[in-house]
Amino acid sequence: MTGLADLQTIWAFIIAFAIFAYVVMDGFDLGIGILFPFFRPGTERDTAMNSVAPVWDGNETWLVLGGGGLMAAFPLAYAIILPALYAPLIAMLLALIFRGVAFEFRWRDPAHRRFWDISFIFGSTVAALAQGITLGALLQGIAVEGRSYAGGWWDWLSPFSILVGVSLVVGYALLGTTWLIMKTEGELQEHCYRLAWWLGAGTVAGIAAVSAATPFLQAAYYEHWFSWPQVLFTAQVPLLVIIATVVFFVSLRRRWEYWPFLIALAFFALGLMGLGISMYPYVVPEAVTIWDAAAPDSSLIFMLIGAGILIPIILTYTGYAYWIFRGKTGHEGYH
Amino acid sequence: MLENVDALLLSRLQFAFTVSFHFIFPAFSIGLASYLAVLEGLWLWTGRAVFLNLFRYWLKIFALTFGMGVVSGIVLTYQFGTNWSVFSDRTGPILGPLMAYEVLTAFFLEAGFLGVMLFGMNRVGKGLHLGATIAVAVGTFISAFWILSANSWMQTPSGFSTNEVGQFTPESWLGIIFSPSFPYRLVHTVMAAYLTTALAVGAVGAWHLLRDPANEGARTMFSMAMWMAAVVAPLQILAGDLHGLNTLEHQPAKVMAMEGHFVSHPEGAPFYLFGLPNQEAARVDYAIAIPKASSLILKHDLNAPIDGLDTVDRADWPVVPIVFWAFRIMVGLGFLMLALGLLSLVARWRGRLYDWRPLLRFALVMGPSGFVSVIAGWVTTEVGRQPFTVYRMVRTAESVSPLDAPAVGTSFLAFIAVYFVIFGAGTAYILRLMAQPPKPGEEEPEDQAQPVRAAGITPAPGVDPGRAIRGRGAEART
Repeated sequence: MTGLADLQTIWAFIIAFAIFAYVVMDGFDLGIGILFPFFRPGTERDTAMNSVAPVWDGNETWLVLGGGGLMAAFPLAYAIILPALYAPLIAMLLALIFRGVAFEFRWRDPAHRRFWDISFIFGSTVAALAQGITLGALLQGIAVEGRSYAGGWWDWLSPFSILVGVSLVVGYALLGTTWLIMKTEGELQEHCYRLAWWLGAGTVAGIAAVSAATPFLQAAYYEHWFSWPQVLFTAQVPLLVIIATVVFFVSLRRRWEYWPFLIALAFFALGLMGLGISMYPYVVPEAVTIWDAAAPDSSLIFMLIGAGILIPIILTYTGYAYWIFRGKTGHEGYH
Repeated sequence: MLENVDALLLSRLQFAFTVSFHFIFPAFSIGLASYLAVLEGLWLWTGRAVFLNLFRYWLKIFALTFGMGVVSGIVLTYQFGTNWSVFSDRTGPILGPLMAYEVLTAFFLEAGFLGVMLFGMNRVGKGLHLGATIAVAVGTFISAFWILSANSWMQTPSGFSTNEVGQFTPESWLGIIFSPSFPYRLVHTVMAAYLTTALAVGAVGAWHLLRDPANEGARTMFSMAMWMAAVVAPLQILAGDLHGLNTLEHQPAKVMAMEGHFVSHPEGAPFYLFGLPNQEAARVDYAIAIPKASSLILKHDLNAPIDGLDTVDRADWPVVPIVFWAFRIMVGLGFLMLALGLLSLVARWRGRLYDWRPLLRFALVMGPSGFVSVIAGWVTTEVGRQPFTVYRMVRTAESVSPLDAPAVGTSFLAFIAVYFVIFGAGTAYILRLMAQPPKPGEEEPEDQAQPVRAAGITPAPGVDPGRAIRGRGAEART
């Protein structure tokens, strides 16, 4: 195995970071869409929508970076994975259209607000489900021949991919509800605390179910998790999930406003770590490693210079934009 | 094999459909973002309320346009991989980094400051808010820079070599970014976006002036738009001519298709004003031509010999009728824009800019012409590049993903249905906003959900509380 500091590994981490940033940020605003049916039309829905309206577009940009970055750094992986996951990816793209326009359209057309609310709910839920299915289908493996996908257009569909899809919907909803616990007060906040109990339990159940099934998908995954002495390291991941779960429910009971969201982020970080343990160094399981898939060094270096300079700047001004809209969202504005 | 051809055709149709739809939005938002920055700057500089009102008026329209541009653009990032995987594998090392730079330098900048621009007027100072507006405008330009660089490389590839698995690998990044057609394409396309915006703004101004020639906001926007048309339209025709000469040098077959030159003309080639190119028979039917005019345009010499498609292998011909007609639509509209700009100068000189009804009607009719010619120009250059995705290097037929035709057929139908519903509604909302005359005390976008009310008055009880929530700016004004 090549060292941890080679260009390909650095790029694998950058793309993993983009995916994590995407999941964290678009996760909570997709989650708010998923939870929309549980909020009453009027104040609750409008406040929930207001809390993400200034930032959703920036959040979604991480998805573009993930896709564009994959094409740039690992073109072969991009060329194999995307056709293999054609149906769920197209569904995700269409769903993102429905929810993205709803931010503007529901204010612009009060007479059809119900329609745009439904489009927001439907779009958010389908996008989350499709992203989960995509991940599940990738984990379970993709048929490859030469430099291209060699399977059919329904290969992605399996009980496992559906399980990951549903788990991700629940997980995003958890991010959404805990975000609202931070950003709102009063009745809506109470409502979110109640929802967070169920969604927290559901997310932990999802993590458990996916984790239990994963090692049996590919022999290599089992190896990665249970071979000695690696197991000493990998065992920390489920342990941390258990600790996080305890802290999560304590923080809900004690009404700590920020902790539920931070713990929800920790669940996702641990999930991504688990994904990394299962897959690394493969980008298409058991078929293509990051070194097979990588673009030539000159491409990776050219982009690394840009990413190294620009990603910190982006994080700074994204942080600034969040700072401007900090505090509770309410009908008196953000105070 | 037949199944493969169907998936290819469907993928081409789907890409053409989604990219054409998408292009409409950035063509408008590039120009509109700059216009908004100018309006806000003028407001801060002169303190005149009309500029702030116009800023708010167009900001609402910008928010809708930009949102639709974002969601239709995400589709394209992924469609390279879903439908054109072989192309992505082979060109990824070259085009991937260009697009990654677009995301890093432009998309984040636009998205990061869009929220401040739309909702932050009362949360940051005026100067900082102008900074956010400028950041968004600069972002739209940087985005155009990178994506047109990528497109130009596909048209006139340079600065690369190939490796053992058939991938293009970078040799010189400057050579890749600044491929031979890039400077011309960038200038021509960005000016097209400015012109498109000017024509749309001018039409809105004209519409309201036809009803109320005294409306100050309508007068200001119409005057600004007509200055823009008068200055940019002639420059755009000049830039287009230079772009065409560059194409003649690097992609001669495209120019042959634009001109309808199936055969070579050793002693001066005609320019076809009208005709129906017949690809099968390799001739232009029902042609009305100006003798030797094409030689004059392309070589600046009446008798210069011009090669025709008979010098090109038939397998490498683009679809001539599409390129031929798309080009004529673009050029024809371009000259009408020039006429509008010149007429506006005459009217201005005679002091009749705001009430000369034929001019106002002409400007109104020309409102959508920018969008039409942008799409026509896009079709000219993209169809003219065929049958290649990377000119003379990769054929479109060998770029496509190994997909089943039913999968692509289903997605194509879904895109058509969704785009017509969503973007149809969006266009209707934009037109509805445009139909309202600009007025003093224009609301900010965030106030839009509320019923029309005087600025600064807290919504009365009895108003739907859900709507009142949106009045984030209210507390700062009362």
